[in-house]
Amino acid sequence: MSNSISKTIINLFVTFFKIGAFTFGGGWVMIAMMEKDIVDKHKWFTKEEFIDNLAIAQSMPGILAVNMAVLVGNKMAKKWGAFLSALGTILPSFFVILTIAIFFTTINDNPIVERIFKGIRPAVVALIIAPVFTTAKAAKINLKNFWVPVATALLITFCGLSPIMFIALAIVYGVSRCYLNNKQTKTE
Amino acid sequence: MIYINLLIAYLKIGLFGFGGGYAMLSLIQHEVVEVIHHGDTQPWLTLQEFTDIVAISQMSPGPIGINSATYIGYKVTGSVFGSILATIAVCLPSFILVLIVGKILLKRKDNKYVKSVFSAIRPVVVGMIASAALLLMNKENFPDYTKSIAICVVAFLLVRYAKLHPILIVILAGITGYLLY
Repeated sequence: MSNSISKTIINLFVTFFKIGAFTFGGGWVMIAMMEKDIVDKHKWFTKEEFIDNLAIAQSMPGILAVNMAVLVGNKMAKKWGAFLSALGTILPSFFVILTIAIFFTTINDNPIVERIFKGIRPAVVALIIAPVFTTAKAAKINLKNFWVPVATALLITFCGLSPIMFIALAIVYGVSRCYLNNKQTKTE
Repeated sequence: MIYINLLIAYLKIGLFGFGGGYAMLSLIQHEVVEVIHHGDTQPWLTLQEFTDIVAISQMSPGPIGINSATYIGYKVTGSVFGSILATIAVCLPSFILVLIVGKILLKRKDNKYVKSVFSAIRPVVVGMIASAALLLMNKENFPDYTKSIAICVVAFLLVRYAKLHPILIVILAGITGYLLY
């Protein structure tokens, strides 16, 4: 293994370990953190790549944050990159939960913990709102296609529809649009 | 036997758990609270125990799917090995699938069709992230309409305009919560 590759792998592991250790509130918060580190800081993905890979990660079964880590790691350093990125994402929560499972049963009754989390929870919502704006820019949202993210968000949130359905619809639309364009250029 | 059951249950959760996080919870609940596994006389956990695990998961870092696997793996077998086994099992199916699909799509990313599909998907992904935020705007996260909304607004301004790192914001928000409540 060359020196620069092993350096990248260590970097991947450390980055995802940090993200795994500091995200309370589940997968989407981790995605918000990943955007900051992967796109802005390390430039492992462009903004567009980040969104495309997020769509792949979301369309696959399993844990969103781990799927995303695998995609980033695989792009930067193949299989080992994928493995260590996934491991970095998993390990912090594994150790924390194992400790809780072995030693505590009622962490949620602690008043100090409860106060701290009362502050963290609304902030976590803000952390997820922020990438809506950055990804909207990268996805080239304009007045004409504005309705797509709005309708998607409202239907998922208030009608309980599955996000996968919307990705499937977009795939069908993308393929047929390309097919029709091809046909048009051929007949001209 | 318990280890094989645990392995199979979490492989299943990892393979069929689409939609991440909270969508996965119903599948986990089914496997650990409702199903009586081969050789057992009762489900692994009661509904009360399961609710506690969800609460603990929300207060611990990391994805909720991993948290529940680690916790339930330990509680069901009483051993660290059970914990490791369930955690690996829940990640394994998607790890393999994502590697394969990612590789195929990466190779064809300049293909006309792949390009067209991704440009169609992007606006949808923006909506998905927005819905993740909307779903969290509930009584649980905003118990009052004053302090919690203020924390949310300030956190948003800090991450969007002051470009503070999200980790720093989580820490600051924790301190703020401790001082305010």
